[in-house]
Amino acid sequence: MNWQPIILTLELALITTALLLLVAIPLANWLAYSKSKTKPIIEALVSMPLVLPPTVLGFYLLIAFSPNNAFGEWLDQSLGLRLIFSFEGLVFASMIYSLPFMVQPIQAGLTALPSNMKESSYVLGYSKTTTLFKVLLPNIKASLLSGIVLAFAHTIGEFGVVLMIGGNIPGVTKVASIAIYDEVESLNYSAANQYALVLLLITFSILVTVYIINHRNKQRTA
Amino acid sequence: MIELKVRKTLLSHQGKMELDVDLQIGKGDFVVVGGKSGAGKTSLLRMLAGLLNPDSGTIKVADKTWFDKGQKLNLSPQQRQLGFVFQDFALFPNMTVRQNLEYALKKGASTNIIDELIDMMELGELESRKPDTLSGGQKQRVALARSLVQKPKILLLDEPLSALDPEIRAKLQDYLSKIHKAFELTTIMVSHDITEAIKLADRMIELDNGSVTKSGTPAQLFGDAKLSGKFQFTGIVLTIESQDFLNILSLVVGKEVVRVVVDESEAKKLSPGDKVIVASKAFNPIIKKL
Repeated sequence: MNWQPIILTLELALITTALLLLVAIPLANWLAYSKSKTKPIIEALVSMPLVLPPTVLGFYLLIAFSPNNAFGEWLDQSLGLRLIFSFEGLVFASMIYSLPFMVQPIQAGLTALPSNMKESSYVLGYSKTTTLFKVLLPNIKASLLSGIVLAFAHTIGEFGVVLMIGGNIPGVTKVASIAIYDEVESLNYSAANQYALVLLLITFSILVTVYIINHRNKQRTA
Repeated sequence: MIELKVRKTLLSHQGKMELDVDLQIGKGDFVVVGGKSGAGKTSLLRMLAGLLNPDSGTIKVADKTWFDKGQKLNLSPQQRQLGFVFQDFALFPNMTVRQNLEYALKKGASTNIIDELIDMMELGELESRKPDTLSGGQKQRVALARSLVQKPKILLLDEPLSALDPEIRAKLQDYLSKIHKAFELTTIMVSHDITEAIKLADRMIELDNGSVTKSGTPAQLFGDAKLSGKFQFTGIVLTIESQDFLNILSLVVGKEVVRVVVDESEAKKLSPGDKVIVASKAFNPIIKKL
């Protein structure tokens, strides 16, 4: 069996999750505490990937990043970034696709904290950023873990977006879910089954681990 | 020391309320702010701390302006350097008792103050415990200690003892009185409890519907002004017994059950469960030292 698609999938999920965490923390923080009028619009945009068919998302990204268009051309010329049919493009698309899965648990965790907690840190002289990292985030570890795991697992499971923007280039964009589709198309059911089984086991064991950790945390605080 | 003149429209359970307060508080005063819930007591503290912005007015502390709507001046909570103890303690659950205090320590400051406070508030045995494992009274001592680490000049307390039972409450009142003197604080405490106020306050303020309705020393508010040579309690009738020509009432007053003799005509009007007033004139009660 060719392990390359599996490794590529894990690489993609890992990088996507790490970058997503960096983006999602400030975003979730803003969404949790902002009273801005634009908040519902940003919230809707963040949640769009939950309801939008992945192919729609992939299609628009494909159009936007195509070097035949102004934006894609600008990216290509000035930054040397070609986001279609490339690994970087997959990472970017996956980040958008999995954004709500990371943002929503963190936002919910922050909202659930008593507001006195951050206020007492402010009164002690700490800035909003220090308070976020030293007080708020350490107290929503379970939410952070849910966000990380959901984003990771969801990236492993994506198909439509990847196919639209990444295509099927071995070693570059051919992730496990694409490989399964590819093998089935060539009536190679046993190879498809191997990939499918590996994905099944990986996602199942991730979720079991999370539930065990959450269960232990609950027992400790109870 | 503190000159505060603020206005703000607050949204309360009963609808809109205009908070309009003009207060001057002297250095070293222990001020207790009383009044019904929703009268604006907490909002007043939050405005002083910079956690809530007045619609208009000024706040000056020790000749320094903290807030001036006209001049668009508003110090952030971080810049005001005061101690604030929240009603629900607001300890950081991810840190131990000691770490909670250390978090409050300014960079480069000596840790002596932490040891001193741990000693003073008798937190030694709890030092390495997390807040979730502490009782209410213990949490409150930690919160109090944490608010003092930076040696603030002003301490704000938002009903700090309301969640505690009477014995622990009395003990914490002693702590409060002790630290108020030891740290030469100007203390402003919100409290519903009149005995607590009389015990601790140099000055009491009563807020009603957003404005100050009474202000003065406890003696002025509860002493001379109301001195009538009579004291009274309210009680609830438990039983009414007739013995020969006497009628004996058993009453619950506070936590005590007392028995009093009552006139027959009065006894006929009463039935168990009724609320009554037990009053006595100044010359007939019996006083015994406990």
